[in-house]
Amino acid sequence: MIFTWNHPGPDGGSPSEELLVAFDRGRTVRVLVCPAWFDEANKLRRFTIEVMRRLDAAGIDTLLPDLPGCNESLAPLEDQTLASWRAGMAAAGEALGATHVLAIRAGALVAPASLPGWHYTAQTGPKLLRGMIRARTIAAREAGMAETSEGLMAQGRESGLVLGGWPIGAAMFRELETAEPALAPGQMDIAQSMVGGPGLWLRAEPDEDAGQADRLAAIIVESIGNSAP
Amino acid sequence: MTTIPNIDSAAGEAALDSELKALIADVLGLDPAQAAAFGPESGLFGHLPELDSMAVAGLLTEMEDRLGIVIEDDDVDGEMLETYGGLLAFARAKLNPR
Repeated sequence: MIFTWNHPGPDGGSPSEELLVAFDRGRTVRVLVCPAWFDEANKLRRFTIEVMRRLDAAGIDTLLPDLPGCNESLAPLEDQTLASWRAGMAAAGEALGATHVLAIRAGALVAPASLPGWHYTAQTGPKLLRGMIRARTIAAREAGMAETSEGLMAQGRESGLVLGGWPIGAAMFRELETAEPALAPGQMDIAQSMVGGPGLWLRAEPDEDAGQADRLAAIIVESIGNSAP
Repeated sequence: MTTIPNIDSAAGEAALDSELKALIADVLGLDPAQAAAFGPESGLFGHLPELDSMAVAGLLTEMEDRLGIVIEDDDVDGEMLETYGGLLAFARAKLNPR
């Protein structure tokens, strides 16, 4: 289940070995999974793997690489940019022979445009930042410190910011302020209403929902069936 | 998105109440029946260990989306977050400013 792939390295930089979780049995349809980010990544990790298990049972390979700087990746997170994550996901898709992409939440911001696939409840950069900035101002207030959203936004643009424990560099911060997910040709949105039930990223504690995993996997399987030649 | 057209009416008030309860149920992973039992004095932030700053931020951001309101830094205070009644009063005031 745990494999490695070789990231060629950004802009001719040194190659690095990265980890991925995969159900790789060399089948025809190979889905690259672009995971949710930061706090949502933790809340949706189990759900993501559960969807992958169901796709495996349906005869579909799935490949879930770490975003550079996250999980087991040795790259420093504060050095990452939207562009480096896009390049990382594109390189993973190429190295692993992906035929489709399943992007989850903010993962849609870095889904390779060259692959057909699905954006599950895509999240925008501004909303992602807003939630994380708000969490920080609430925590600061509880601790008796005065931090404002405006002040934190200015600081983030200028020198980067630690939000919810994740060090986000200034370049990434500025890119996220305007980042909107865009559907490339052959990609479709999957809204939460199609999956049913409350989104698991909302949950205060990470949780799982077998019914939601069943339905998301079924939507993907059906969509592949519809587009098969 | 659910819209709440007329908050002055009893129907509008009930719609807001059930929307807010559904949202809290989504965040806390409760059955709708459990959330329906929330009363004005039911404790939220500071009373429920799972409702930390990240979860409250998610709750407020989702309230903005579902209710079509904007919540400013200065709106967020202990009173509004401490009880269900406080949060409901805040949402009502945001939807129906006087």
